Amino acid sequence: MEIMEMTALELGWKIRKREVSVREAVQESLDRIHVLEGTLNSFVTLDPERALARADEVQKGIDDGTLTAPLAGVPVAVKDNICTKGLRTTCSSKILYNFVPPYQAEAVDRLYAAGGVIIGKTNMDEFAMGSTTETSAFGPTKNPWNPEHVPGGSSGGSCAAVASCEVPYALGSDTGGSIRQPGSFCGVTGLKPTYGTVSRYGLVAYGSSLDQIGPIAKDISDCAAVLETIASYDKKDSTSVKRESYDFTSALIDDVKGMKIGIPSDYLSAGLDEEVKGAVLRAAEVLKQKGAIVEEFPLSLVEYAIPAYYVIACAEASSNLARFDGVKYGYRAPEYEGLHSMYKKSRSEGFGEEVKRRIMLGSFVLSSGYYDAYYLKALRTKALIKQSFDRAFARYDVILGPVAPMTAPRLGESLSDPLQMYLGDIYTISVNLAGLPAVSVPCGLDRKGLPIGVQLIGDCFQEKKIIRAAYAYEQARGSWQAPELAAAQMQEDRQAQSQTVAQTGEAKGQRGGDGHVKTI
Amino acid sequence: MSKQYETVIGLEVHVELATKTKIFCGCSTAFGGAPNTHTCPVCTGMPGSLPVLNKQVVEYAMAVGLATNCEINQFCKFDRKNYFYPDNPQNYQISQLYLPICHDGGIEIETAAGKKVIGIHEIHMEEDAGKLIHDEWDDCTLVDYNRSGVPLIEIVSEPDMRSAEEVIAYLDKLRLIVQYLGASDCKLQEGSMRADVNLSVREVGAEKFGTRTEMKNLNSFKAIARAIEGERARQIELLEEGRAVVQETRRWDDNKEYSYPMRSKEDAHDYRYFPDPDLVPVVISDEWLQAVKDRQPELRTEKLERYRKEFDIPQYDAEILTGAKKMADLFEETTALCGKPKKVSNWLMGETLRLLKEEGAEPDALAFSPEHLAKLIELTDAGTINQTVAKEVFEKIFREDIDPERYVEEHGLRMVSDEGLLRAVVEQVIAANPQSVADYRGGKDRVLGFLVGQTMKQMKGKANPGAVNQLLRELL
Repeated sequence: MEIMEMTALELGWKIRKREVSVREAVQESLDRIHVLEGTLNSFVTLDPERALARADEVQKGIDDGTLTAPLAGVPVAVKDNICTKGLRTTCSSKILYNFVPPYQAEAVDRLYAAGGVIIGKTNMDEFAMGSTTETSAFGPTKNPWNPEHVPGGSSGGSCAAVASCEVPYALGSDTGGSIRQPGSFCGVTGLKPTYGTVSRYGLVAYGSSLDQIGPIAKDISDCAAVLETIASYDKKDSTSVKRESYDFTSALIDDVKGMKIGIPSDYLSAGLDEEVKGAVLRAAEVLKQKGAIVEEFPLSLVEYAIPAYYVIACAEASSNLARFDGVKYGYRAPEYEGLHSMYKKSRSEGFGEEVKRRIMLGSFVLSSGYYDAYYLKALRTKALIKQSFDRAFARYDVILGPVAPMTAPRLGESLSDPLQMYLGDIYTISVNLAGLPAVSVPCGLDRKGLPIGVQLIGDCFQEKKIIRAAYAYEQARGSWQAPELAAAQMQEDRQAQSQTVAQTGEAKGQRGGDGHVKTI
Repeated sequence: MSKQYETVIGLEVHVELATKTKIFCGCSTAFGGAPNTHTCPVCTGMPGSLPVLNKQVVEYAMAVGLATNCEINQFCKFDRKNYFYPDNPQNYQISQLYLPICHDGGIEIETAAGKKVIGIHEIHMEEDAGKLIHDEWDDCTLVDYNRSGVPLIEIVSEPDMRSAEEVIAYLDKLRLIVQYLGASDCKLQEGSMRADVNLSVREVGAEKFGTRTEMKNLNSFKAIARAIEGERARQIELLEEGRAVVQETRRWDDNKEYSYPMRSKEDAHDYRYFPDPDLVPVVISDEWLQAVKDRQPELRTEKLERYRKEFDIPQYDAEILTGAKKMADLFEETTALCGKPKKVSNWLMGETLRLLKEEGAEPDALAFSPEHLAKLIELTDAGTINQTVAKEVFEKIFREDIDPERYVEEHGLRMVSDEGLLRAVVEQVIAANPQSVADYRGGKDRVLGFLVGQTMKQMKGKANPGAVNQLLRELL
């Protein structure tokens, strides 16, 4: 098996057993990126020199016994809205095209302490606003299963990088489904933790009350191990919650006997693609076969989640994004007359269409005279949605449903109709409004060969239940399936490489350093 | 003027709290650092940074609320006030609108017209902004974020004041309370206390308030008084001319004694306030509230009472001593050291006030240590120095906070009582002033004072005045 086709835990194990060196792993990751980036565009910024230097440092730590964590030495990609000290963090926006943070996100710090090697920063919808990764100022990312399709979003770069085995795992962020939906579209596993579990310090805010950082990997075991690494109580984040336990991997048990699983009948009604529905229900059937009690129930209020979400997220975003003004860092318009002209031009030129649309929407709903009718009403709706989940979790351990109404659309198909795009978030958004943990697990392909994901939702702080259900499902489903495209391209490259070696006697390696900082 | 007008005034007072660190990060609040040295990702609004509330800010706000008879909201929240300006790095200020920490209080003031309670609508916590510096040389504006995130409380009064005199009395009382609590030094000139004046006029007897204006840039009590008089006159003039007062914010120019419009209601910002999602609500438990109550220091009224009872200080003197926190602290600390409240009071009421007046300074500016004043009192009482020298030494203490013991030694200021030495000098004086001697002997007693003075002069003020008197009488 190719090094990069292993799961993060498998690779970590090989590294600890000295079967694979950290440098080998990092070089392999860089090589794959070198070959696949032309097609996929998963990354905004690569950090090959420091990744290789870091590889040697981590190897030393492993050799002298100071680094023993299961993920030590395993390469990782980080979504470009998570601050990395000394490494450009753009949020895929022109307005931050040159921003190099002088500080590090807490989640990244924790990965670092566990021996993580950061390969680069992944592409995303600008400021995480979008469901296709097409709103990026650095161009869209393509779906590794079919490059004519989007990878989903906003963590499209992270999911495409994991699906194509450019890296074994990645960090994403999820405000309204931004880990789970691209996870589903790319056929990888993505987990959104309970709000307050992973510190938001260093995550560039979109909707502060909804944002959470989470893992994206090939399977649930990797996700649980990564979550265990990045989750913490952080005093730098006032919304961080001190949890009783930060153990998640002990839930990796193939046993769902007696587990009560509810499927919201509201999730299976009109608008849901038949193939997606079929795959999701087959996944439910698998769990039932393993002894879980599965039944449908009415969740209610589902149709209110989207309007409530867009009011709250946009209101917070309109304020969160006010700091990007050309005064302190980032893009400043080259020509302006006076302060207000500088603000206007820098922001008009620096932000993309979707971001501007949401800033305007958010500014509107917070305006005096509209605050009560929109923002307060949305907050009340949010509270009611939480209550309907509370009622459901009084009866069920896990809620099971689709992640998205359909599989990945073609490039360019969604952006033309933003309202339609917003409706695609219907199954993921209420999870953020209620602060719940949820995971997207690959559960099949449609006729077009595009992946379908099943979503498992847990009550607050009940990650272990969804991890257990996901693990049991995976055991029955079989191991993770890689898209053929990436494998084919790699195969081609290997042949070309060996020819070059045969002809010139030059060894491969040391690639990936070319053009690693994308420009707009 | 045919009609009688009444002035209606409400104040918004900003007080900079005396915390060591900023309200939402660990940066220092100290004055005078090089630009942007007391900053971090949080107070410069870097992407991804998050605010964490400084507990001390909540305690100070609670303490001020309790001392001004406010209700404390044991569940309060922070809101974002959104507006674009470069001194505000996030382009929103974290403040409190919907659930401020304190509300519905009031303090009693006393003016020539008698006693009156001025209501306090609310007190809320918020962060200060940075400072813009215009560089004339390069024709550009620079921003210093050292002040960004320094904690403030805003104390909003009810429109209960009717004259400049009442406003000054209210501010004076408020300042003393805050100073006594140690919550702020409240220096208007340095901006650690700032007052915006909301003022309207109406005909006496009218029920409805007139249209108000808000005045900013008031840097001293005197400027506030002048601004109130000026604005009152301006509004009455408008009404007398049959014109309307426009609701607007005006900037007071104390040199020109006139206010200028800054912005009208029409171009007022829509601040789009909403609860800050980065901060959790502040929940004040009964225990926490009680702990702050238990720690409340003695305020002025209680101090006045205690000074009279415990130290037997007359009412008038006690009022002066408690009229400034610095004065009261000096009095108490010095008394604790030397155990002589009357003498301490005399030094503070006499020489200290005289020298302050001479320098045109406020008691807040007093910089000498209680240890030195206590030593001076001991030196005098022990007869080591005489009263004349003591005054000279005190002036040194007042200005340079010198150690009186060492100063007396170094400058040889000990009182001279040695009879042999004094007798020789007195004899010299008698010999040098035959006319005065003759006058004295002729019955003019007053001349003795002159001869004592001459002797003291010869002795450079160090002679024991009792001994000199006695010697003169004997030798004459």
